[in-house]
Amino acid sequence: MAKVIGAIVVDTERCKGCEVCVASCPMQVIELSKEVNGKGYHFAYMAQPDACIGCANCAIVCPDGVITVYKVNKRA
Amino acid sequence: MKLQEIIKEENLVYKRTPLMTDNVLSYCPGCGHGTAHRIVMEVIEEMGVQDDTIGIAPVGCSVLAYDFMNIDMVQAAHGRAPAVATGIKRTWPDKFVFTYQGDGDLAAIGTAETIHACNRGENITIIFINNGIYGMTGGQMAPTTIEGMKTSTSPYGRDLQLMGNPLKITELVAQLPGTYFVARHSVHNPAAVRKTKRAVQKAFQIQKERKGLAFIEIVSNCNSGWKLPPVKANQWMVENMFPFFPPGDIKVDGELVKKE
Repeated sequence: MAKVIGAIVVDTERCKGCEVCVASCPMQVIELSKEVNGKGYHFAYMAQPDACIGCANCAIVCPDGVITVYKVNKRA
Repeated sequence: MKLQEIIKEENLVYKRTPLMTDNVLSYCPGCGHGTAHRIVMEVIEEMGVQDDTIGIAPVGCSVLAYDFMNIDMVQAAHGRAPAVATGIKRTWPDKFVFTYQGDGDLAAIGTAETIHACNRGENITIIFINNGIYGMTGGQMAPTTIEGMKTSTSPYGRDLQLMGNPLKITELVAQLPGTYFVARHSVHNPAAVRKTKRAVQKAFQIQKERKGLAFIEIVSNCNSGWKLPPVKANQWMVENMFPFFPPGDIKVDGELVKKE
């Protein structure tokens, strides 16, 4: 069975830490970091990178468009 | 599989459209404006009409839309965006013209322009962001504020006896013969964003085919004005705004959609 592996890249300096991506992730991959960016926002990051399926739900709801999504179909 | 092997150009699924500029959006964290901007720009990019599109920015939070949208923009006087759009469209009928307005701009000071542009059936697209509040000036009560909603000028909730009824401008313009497509959507979750994008695609297609005016309302949150965190503001919107402003098509192909 083919397995889908995804990954997201967050532009941390533009992220405003609104958590909308956290709420819309079906695999609970994303969390807000304890660190802050230059503006003092807790930015989003992949807390569970292995669970990401590259569905791009986080990217299409992100108001600031800071998330880029990649996906690979891997045959097991 | 290592992260570096996944993050490659050929595996790209989604990336911010180049039609959004690199400027950091001036909106509050979690504001639906950013998503709405991106949806409109993605549709324009997919249609390949960025050189032939002219947008009209309103007065309100989205007054700086011309800084974020990488297309030709005009900023109109408060509420007058449909009038400016009429002039541009009649001068250049081959250009795509859309207005991007908030509820204070479209449903309060610009009611006359909105209703007359819709009634004339100008071949333009109107994107209407409804968050039920005057967000930019500090969360005052707007015509679209729902019953019982607390704002800075109605701190005990909107009282219909004292303050009158909220205005459903989208249902109002759907009754006019000039409108061809009228719909209401939202941008609070991925499914809603996809539906909104399809509606915007349809609206621009209608303009391309010169069928008439398309009017799309996007119910959005205003977490600063509502004094809620972004995710809770979206939940509040689903629980309280949607019963009064139900999402869905209101007028399709010039015919009102029958409610069952």
